[in-house]
Amino acid sequence: MSEPPRERSPGEPVQPGEWGLLQWALRRDLRLAMRRRSDVLTVLGFFVLACSMFPLAIGPQREWLMRIGPGVIWVSALLAVLLALPRLFELDHGDGTLDAMLASGHPLPMIVAGKLLAAWLVTGLPLIVLAPVLALAFSMPAESIALLVASLLLGTPVLLGLGAVAAALTLGLKAGPTLVTLLCLPLYVPVLVFGAGSVETQSAGLSPAAHLALLGAGMLTVSLLAPLVSAYALRISVE
Amino acid sequence: MSLFRFAAPQTFYPMAGRMVPWFAAAAVLLGALGLVIGFGMAPTDFQQGEVYRVIFIHVPAAWMAMFIYVVMAVYGLLTIVWRTRLSGMMSRALAPTGALMAAIALWTGAVWGKPTWGAYWVWDARLTSTLILLFLYLGYMALIAAIEDPQRGDRAGALLLLVGVVNVPIIYFSVRWWNTLHQGASVSLTAAPKMAATMLTGMLVMTFAFWAYSIAAALHRVRSIIIERERHTRWVRLMLGVPQ
Repeated sequence: MSEPPRERSPGEPVQPGEWGLLQWALRRDLRLAMRRRSDVLTVLGFFVLACSMFPLAIGPQREWLMRIGPGVIWVSALLAVLLALPRLFELDHGDGTLDAMLASGHPLPMIVAGKLLAAWLVTGLPLIVLAPVLALAFSMPAESIALLVASLLLGTPVLLGLGAVAAALTLGLKAGPTLVTLLCLPLYVPVLVFGAGSVETQSAGLSPAAHLALLGAGMLTVSLLAPLVSAYALRISVE
Repeated sequence: MSLFRFAAPQTFYPMAGRMVPWFAAAAVLLGALGLVIGFGMAPTDFQQGEVYRVIFIHVPAAWMAMFIYVVMAVYGLLTIVWRTRLSGMMSRALAPTGALMAAIALWTGAVWGKPTWGAYWVWDARLTSTLILLFLYLGYMALIAAIEDPQRGDRAGALLLLVGVVNVPIIYFSVRWWNTLHQGASVSLTAAPKMAATMLTGMLVMTFAFWAYSIAAALHRVRSIIIERERHTRWVRLMLGVPQ
């Protein structure tokens, strides 16, 4: 970057580096999300409502709620992420932005990485912020809540990364959103097992370190591979 | 590369046609032999009685269900790396057989579980991971069915298979861990008593029968896929006697 930063006119092409590209995609998607707040709120509303259905279904006994709390919150978070997935590439596909991104010659994985980061910030992070409130409604003790938040912090990027591949593969298909669910849920099993399992383990008096370490390993692997594989999947779907 | 000659659908079609009857015959003969050994000659299990005999179908089906997914993923790798057309068709052709095998394994397992464990379904690690494997098959089939363009379908399916095959061991171990956490080892197949030699023979013969059946079914199916996919080409039109 030898040139000093200057004001760009709207039509002028951008020539960013790889990280600049990521930042550009991140900013763009965040701005788009802020302009379409209802999409984000729908996902959060779904998360809260899905969690609230369980006490209504099984009864308000405190011990039961404490017992199922971590599992219910984890499953609801997982379903909320699923709900957000089809939106990930659909808007850009619909208005031709995605074609422009593919044709631009810029490394697509960096753009996808930026998009994924933005998606996590607008869906994953709010879920994690809301989770403790819901955990209180399930009478979960403080240390369980802290662990729940930690496991969601490590787990939601995995959900989003795996989901991005499925969303990219089903892009533009009529059955897309339904199909994403069918493709993702089997792959989400380990995340759910280690995520909800970490809280369970602690309640049973064991150390949750192994669960968190495996989730963390999954998070690092998926964060690295998901942009590459999703970008490849986008090329398959669009070309 | 002489091997790649067979990767051309045009060459593979008649070759598969010649192979199908042989594998079908092998499946029938081995299946009959395996059933005779399994249901006629193998001794009654002293713990489980006659009900154990379902393993002559159950175990080969479960093995095939796992094996076929790996084979599909290998074809998926070929599709992604070399973009060979036939490999995508082979993955497609194998999928229904693999799903069938997973379904047979689950169904026979449930039938065996009721008298043995007292329940059609327990959340045992093997059962759960086989169920998830069935969902992986169904997901693959749903994806390729939803994509109209065959090339895109092949490649999207291949990528899904590769993601899936990396996940299968992780799913298996996670489920195993999950199960051991929830309940101490209640039922374990690994601790089963040593098997009589005739039982093992019967099971192996049945495995080869399932193997032959799967190959025959997949080759038969891939021939239909080839014809459908290449129906506009000259060689198919010549073969079918369509006026040029």
